[in-house]
Amino acid sequence: MSSGYFRHSVKLALVLAAFALVGTSLLALTYDATKGIIAASEKRAKLALIAQILPPELYDNDIISDAVSLPPQAELGTSEATLTYRALKDGKPSGAVLEAVAPDGYAGKIKMLIAIRANGEISGVRVVSHKETPGLGDYIDIAKSNWIKIFDGTSLEKYPSNEWKVKKDGGRFDSVAGATITPRAMVKAVHKALIYFSANREKIFSLQAKEQAK
Amino acid sequence: MSTANYKEIVWNGLWKNNAGIVALLGLCPLLAVSTSVVNGVGLGIATIMVMTCSNAIVSLVRQWVPGEIRIPVYILIIAVLVTVIDLAMNAYVQALYLVLGIFVPLIVVNCNVLGRAEAFASKNPVFPAMVDGFMVGLGLTLILAVLGGMREILGKGTLLSGIDLAFGASAKAWVITVIPDYHGFLLAILPPGAFIGLGLLIAGKNWLDQRQRAKPQPLHVPEASAMTA
Repeated sequence: MSSGYFRHSVKLALVLAAFALVGTSLLALTYDATKGIIAASEKRAKLALIAQILPPELYDNDIISDAVSLPPQAELGTSEATLTYRALKDGKPSGAVLEAVAPDGYAGKIKMLIAIRANGEISGVRVVSHKETPGLGDYIDIAKSNWIKIFDGTSLEKYPSNEWKVKKDGGRFDSVAGATITPRAMVKAVHKALIYFSANREKIFSLQAKEQAK
Repeated sequence: MSTANYKEIVWNGLWKNNAGIVALLGLCPLLAVSTSVVNGVGLGIATIMVMTCSNAIVSLVRQWVPGEIRIPVYILIIAVLVTVIDLAMNAYVQALYLVLGIFVPLIVVNCNVLGRAEAFASKNPVFPAMVDGFMVGLGLTLILAVLGGMREILGKGTLLSGIDLAFGASAKAWVITVIPDYHGFLLAILPPGAFIGLGLLIAGKNWLDQRQRAKPQPLHVPEASAMTA
């Protein structure tokens, strides 16, 4: 009798294993077949995002591949290694796209891409991910409003550091009434990123590019 | 399969055993995503796709799956299927993926899919199983669209906002401003709005059913209204 149970259990285990094997092979095959296409389209999406904030005529290098990995930087608010894309025109540095994090948004971290021209002027900023209140603090998202374009063309030279605040706090930057925590965090983070860039420009452009940046 | 059975499948999926307001399965993505019509229908379409396919596969292999291990096998099938659909959409229909992509992984944890695999597909031939998956998905889509519409009108004063993500920038003109110069009602957009809205929908459905029952009518009420529904 017990051998009957045993045989039955073995049969069940085998059937389950067979399903797992077929399922896993299907997954592996699909993954393999789609890997290249997905990587290519992700690269295209990233390029499209970078093209929004860094004019394509500013660079002639393969900006996605010419990325360096930066260790976590307190000035950028990053807690893990991030990629910095370097724009070169005729072999000379013309700008960089930094990943930065504003750690003190209303609802956690706000991740953004900041494009800075070689002269220290901001070419554009975009929020990559955030959890700010829908309909209230989410105007930092380009899909919701053009607010984020107020950073375009700003630089450390243009505004002294005590003006890098929202207007409510006596600074230069507009904010929406009732939702100032979010832009306050953004302005602070962009300001810090500019300071970081001006202090580390040489280092960023002299680092060896990673062979296969993802 | 006689046509009467299909009628029952359709009626069960769309109204009598509606996944969103009767079976109350898969509420997590339902409540999280139904902030607007476009989001709601997006999740709905993704669910229809996955449920039609998963019901078909479960029905195809049903004779080889012993009862004791059917649940792990169904979970395996659904997880593999969702991941394959996710990867394939990302690779071959990128435009669609950008819209529906975030919804597809949500469906792995949707117990509707497992529920229909267990309750229907494992006991029925392939074609009725597919119809069942499609209809249950469609029923859920309708609820998602209505709930999304309610929350969007109350919360933002618009309808179809975000449609440009699905149909390109020109579709921005399709957004209907229901209440002009509206400052928004945050509660409707936040999770409590989803619970309150869903509660109202369930109450509304029960009220309609009760009214129907109170009326003295011939026995074939469900079929009759299925024709008109």
